Amino acid sequence: MFGIVASIVDGVLIGSVYGLAAMGLTLIWGVMDVVNLTHGAAIVAGMFALYLLTSAAGLAPYAALPPILVGGFLVGVLLYWIAVHRMIGRPPLMSLLSTFSVNLVLIGLGTAVWGTVLFNVPVTLPGVSWQGYTFPGTHLLAAALTAAMAGLLYLFLYHTRLGKAVRAVADNREAAELAGIPTTRMLSLAFGLGVALASVAGMLIATLFPFTVLAGDAYQLKSFVVTVLGGLGNPAGALLGGIALGLIEGLAAPFMPVSWTLVIEFVLFVAVLIIFPGGIFAFKRS
Amino acid sequence: MTALLDIEGLSKNFGGVRAVQRLSFAVHEREILGLIGPNGAGKSTLFNLINGVFAPDEGRVRFRGIDITGEAPYRVARHGLARTHQIVQPLANMSVLDNCMVGACFGRENLPLARAEVVAREAAVVVGLEDRLSAPAAQLTIAGKKRLELARALAARPMLLLLDEVLAGLNPTEIERMIGTIRSIRERGVAILIIEHVMQAIMGLSDRIVVLNSGQKLAEGAPAEVANDPGVIEAYLGDPALAAALHAGG
Amino acid sequence: MLRRPFFWIIALVIAAFALAPLIGEDVELRESLLLAAVYVTLASNLNLMLGYTGYINFGSIVFFGLGGYICVFLMSAHGWPLAAAALVAGAAVSLFALLFGHGILRLRGAYFALSTIGINEAVKAFVSNFEPWGGSSGLYLSTEIFTPLGGAMRALWIIYFLMVGVMGLSLYLSYGIKTSKFGLGLMAIGQNEDAAAMLGVPTPLYKAFAYSVSAFLPALAGGLYFFKSAFIQPVDAFDLGLSTEAMVIVMLGGQGTITGATVGAYLYEELRGRLLTSETFSNFQMVISGALLLVIVLFMPGGLMGWIYGRWPRLKRVLE
Repeated sequence: MFGIVASIVDGVLIGSVYGLAAMGLTLIWGVMDVVNLTHGAAIVAGMFALYLLTSAAGLAPYAALPPILVGGFLVGVLLYWIAVHRMIGRPPLMSLLSTFSVNLVLIGLGTAVWGTVLFNVPVTLPGVSWQGYTFPGTHLLAAALTAAMAGLLYLFLYHTRLGKAVRAVADNREAAELAGIPTTRMLSLAFGLGVALASVAGMLIATLFPFTVLAGDAYQLKSFVVTVLGGLGNPAGALLGGIALGLIEGLAAPFMPVSWTLVIEFVLFVAVLIIFPGGIFAFKRS
Repeated sequence: MTALLDIEGLSKNFGGVRAVQRLSFAVHEREILGLIGPNGAGKSTLFNLINGVFAPDEGRVRFRGIDITGEAPYRVARHGLARTHQIVQPLANMSVLDNCMVGACFGRENLPLARAEVVAREAAVVVGLEDRLSAPAAQLTIAGKKRLELARALAARPMLLLLDEVLAGLNPTEIERMIGTIRSIRERGVAILIIEHVMQAIMGLSDRIVVLNSGQKLAEGAPAEVANDPGVIEAYLGDPALAAALHAGG
Repeated sequence: MLRRPFFWIIALVIAAFALAPLIGEDVELRESLLLAAVYVTLASNLNLMLGYTGYINFGSIVFFGLGGYICVFLMSAHGWPLAAAALVAGAAVSLFALLFGHGILRLRGAYFALSTIGINEAVKAFVSNFEPWGGSSGLYLSTEIFTPLGGAMRALWIIYFLMVGVMGLSLYLSYGIKTSKFGLGLMAIGQNEDAAAMLGVPTPLYKAFAYSVSAFLPALAGGLYFFKSAFIQPVDAFDLGLSTEAMVIVMLGGQGTITGATVGAYLYEELRGRLLTSETFSNFQMVISGALLLVIVLFMPGGLMGWIYGRWPRLKRVLE
């Protein structure tokens, strides 16, 4: 009994990090109607950034968060200008393909440099014990940091002028433009934020599990599942969706081999898309 | 004369807004029925209810005796009801001819390609686009695109044509030309239900007028009757005394 | 149709593919043309959705992989002959596509695109766990499988001609649809689905049908391809990378054009072949695909044929 509860709780902890990653994806979708297919590469970038900062620069693992956040943001803005800016307002195929192609380039470069070898960032933290089960400290801290980032995002979007401008652009770009908001700058800002969140999520995942250059694709797919569960364009929904996914994984883990959970996730994904075109937690209708 | 189109007790709410309320009227064969009303009166919503874009909350839509309430747009088109849009929707990268052929192929007569091309060309001639047949639709002017909407709808050989502000954005010459085209369409036996804001045009064209306000029918009758109806004047101008003064002076 | 020049152009392409390796019994050429034929098949069938209706089928590879699995399974576990197994695989996958298509084709734009990835991944994950189909280790065919075809050497030639046949059928199918009323409806859907519906195009039916039809020949091709390899495993069969390449080819050649898909496939296959054999570039295959796609999307969204038709518009009457 406690085993299942422990598994569920652990799933929720990890799931929140999935939610963080998905928040980045859904933010970009909501603001500019673009599905960012470089999302996976951003996650991997966060993973490798942690690896490089801890091994080459000797930084303490969690101290790498601020530089990764900032670096992710800058990279995101750059990506916006390269692949997304000219695609705004064009048919969705175009932005899907442009971000997709950048992803190919980045992952291709990654495999050329690092191959498909497994990397690991050793992080040790004291865990919390309960009824004979230990919740690893890394899981707890990752969830806590996720909550902090989610909180910061909320504060930014709802309690700053800049955040308000971003939401205005998301709501109605033309009206925002007419109101004097520099929409292009807001779009690039939002894209930068989305990539920053994905990178930080990648960094946190790297503290939990080993990874390869190709892991990005798998987490990108998980992000899609989560975003669809929570409703595209809805960051709060994404967080809840991530937790829900983690919950499902935690529930399933004691009962079936890990490989089956993938089947469940994707079947769920397609089913939710068909039955709830707006996402299960569709607070905001896109 | 049995009604070609019979609207009975149609209602539609969007959230808290009652877009259309208990609306009833009929369009007869070979008739031009004008639909007027202030902005937000529910005219476009009504069109959307008729041709299946939305299903009504209450009421029935009968066409040629068949109940088509809430049927999908493509089914409604098959019954012989064609529609143009306020904001033109050309199939941009396809040629003018191809656009019309889509109408002909998938409209009431469900024609094969070869026959459809003949019908499409005829429709293009009626609206005056016969010399732009191979041009991509995107290259037409606004007036041209409006004419294309009309040609496409005509190519479907409809029995009833719904025209949604087909004169909007046209200059006076173009308007006159379009009015002539609309009249010739009626001569061919097609009934027309037309929404228009260009008052002179719609009053001149229509056999009868229905006035909508806030989703409800305000008045119905010959253009002259409706123009002198104080309720209508008030809805449009907001002040009966002022309206009377204007009317007396004009 | 026999009077239109393009009909004969396709026939010429098929003849070229069939005859070229026969000159001097060039096995190396045959192998590279086989791959090209697979790419042409995948690209031209993808074009039915992507190019005609504008629906982005990212996970189109699922047809290829599933067709391969069904064919190989019927042959290895039940001893079916190649022709029967491949045809049944094609029919089964088409039916599967019709059933699923109905559900996911209600989605628009990115939602649809993501759902096709979801289907591919779901099928891949499922097959990886499905023991009767070998799970993640896959299925093997013993070499005796080539005996009814006259031995391995002869079998490879037969498979090649069959694949060229499948490619030819794909090209004629694309052409036939494009010049038909069905094709007109699909194009209308691709331009503006709501307007098309208002004009009477039965959009749900047409989309589902196009999706189902676009599954048949890739499934057949999968059956032939994996039969030839005598081995199939989930990671190869449901490789999203391959449907990505098909998409690059369609965009490179020109969305919605049959000539584009063919020329694009051939060029891409040549490029890829050269990259893989070059030491420096084999690692950068993905990078180059990606960069190529990015350049096309940013600067030449009409692809090769878009550029050609821009320069020589008269060609539109001859080529498709």
